[in-house]
Amino acid sequence: MGVTITEKILAVHSGRDIVKPGELINCEIDTVMCHDVTTTPAIDMLEKNDITKVFDPERVVIMPDHFIPNKDIKSAEMVARIRRWAQAQGITNFYDIGRHGVCHALLPEQGYVTPGKTIVCGDSHTCTHGALGAFSTGIGSTDLAATLATGKLWFKVPESMLFVISGQLPDGVYAKDIILKIIGLIGVDGALYRAMEFCGEVIDELSVEGRMTICNMAIEAGAKTGVINPDAKTLEYVSSRSAASFTVYRSDSDAVYSRTMEVDVSGLEPVVALPHLPGNVKFAREVNDIPVDQAYLGSCTNGRIEDLRVAAQILKNRTVAHGTRMIVVPATTEIWKQANREGLLDIFMSAGATVSTPTCGACLGGYMGILAAGERCISSTNRNFVGRMGSPQSEVYLASPATVAASAITGKITDPRQYL
Amino acid sequence: MEGKAHVYKKDHINTDEIIPARYLNSDQESELAMHAMEDLDVDFIKKVKAGDFIVSGADFGCGSSREHAVWALRGAGIRAVIANSFARIFYRNCINNGFLAIECQDAVGKVKNDDLLKIDLTDGKIVNLTRQQTYQFQPLPGFAREIIEAGGLMEKIKKELK
Repeated sequence: MGVTITEKILAVHSGRDIVKPGELINCEIDTVMCHDVTTTPAIDMLEKNDITKVFDPERVVIMPDHFIPNKDIKSAEMVARIRRWAQAQGITNFYDIGRHGVCHALLPEQGYVTPGKTIVCGDSHTCTHGALGAFSTGIGSTDLAATLATGKLWFKVPESMLFVISGQLPDGVYAKDIILKIIGLIGVDGALYRAMEFCGEVIDELSVEGRMTICNMAIEAGAKTGVINPDAKTLEYVSSRSAASFTVYRSDSDAVYSRTMEVDVSGLEPVVALPHLPGNVKFAREVNDIPVDQAYLGSCTNGRIEDLRVAAQILKNRTVAHGTRMIVVPATTEIWKQANREGLLDIFMSAGATVSTPTCGACLGGYMGILAAGERCISSTNRNFVGRMGSPQSEVYLASPATVAASAITGKITDPRQYL
Repeated sequence: MEGKAHVYKKDHINTDEIIPARYLNSDQESELAMHAMEDLDVDFIKKVKAGDFIVSGADFGCGSSREHAVWALRGAGIRAVIANSFARIFYRNCINNGFLAIECQDAVGKVKNDDLLKIDLTDGKIVNLTRQQTYQFQPLPGFAREIIEAGGLMEKIKKELK
């Protein structure tokens, strides 16, 4: 009986030949990523327990991003503390202002994600990195402290669900639409505790960036991780960023899944997740009379260069509607620079949008685009919970970068296909 | 342990509702507690007393990995959350903090707001003193009990490192 990529990676990292779903394992962690919000509590725990050294400074990567550049004195104090701690620990993989970015965009971009690795971070969207064939999952601050101390973490081996994405993706429909559609189908706890594995001709055709968008939102279905078997595209992406050696694991053809679901996307249209759950999915055209005060393009879900290109293509020689604010947040410094070289930032600014420095910012209601009571935002981000981007009386509608750009032009939710 | 039930029957109460991200520039339990459940129920913190319980639907704690959600509830005096099911990271965070997350659909179906509950961990039962009912729940798995008995994951690791 075959095994899945997730089971293979977890077996190798826990010193076993094979692991089965439900088993508890103590797993070796290859890379621990830290950001600003969840790391200071972990440092407190290490210090309180007289643990003076991290297990391996080389395997720790620090990427402050949530309230970066510092939004207030308290946030500034948090990062200052992490900076001092990193220096004392000899952690040199520190991505401070000037090299900064949203951690889940920055980690793979900087070559820290390779197939077969185990990666944890005190952030729920860590499942993103499964797009490159790694086992990657989000943890809390105590788990983070434990991993920083020992380089290991306990896991229950998850069951895997297989999503076979077939058909041909229509024009104007993107990776974001696929994952929102899937969450709409299975619900926000439809993959609770499980690994969501994605495959099929549509996944093969998708860019590595599009695959990251899909795995990024596995957590929005309650999953432990999202994962895609590495292929030539994965290896090309990785080899241009990392010189490290790695082992590629792939699911066996007879691997066992708790559920297999085929999703034919040939008839899919651009979708929007309505407040206040990512699973409240409707076609954009079904809700096209809803006015929006803000259009937000960014985040670890959809703030990559490909996302900016799609939005810029729609906004070129057009303008953002009067009464609507558009905020563009390239996810990393490198993406910002690339967008600048390609003239995308100029297109956004000429259309009447504004472009910010990389940050998680308003995606989680931090700053740089907070919503007032009664305001609505169409957003390329990942969550539309109550109060997620500001006032508990505001509303967030999740969509692809194309739908966000098209909606910015009309000032109401808009199917982007009319602008292609 | 005995306390009053605060019932929020809906499913998918997420970590943004338990502690909004605008307060995550602090990790002080007392400060987080002032804003616990704020976006769901602004009066929560006024109603809750030390030792009380939250009773809720499925997938409690979904969303972000912020352990601040556990600290905010604990800081507010909540002793345990009783729910139909829990989101994965929140559940881990509860275990790692020695904070009780109890899956019990029977209780969720029958407990009403302000009922007085008593939890018996060894027998895996919740007694509703107001309604004279008893609800059984699956005791925590062995590894989780080990962590809780050690006083949390860090305490366990500290011992192992020595």
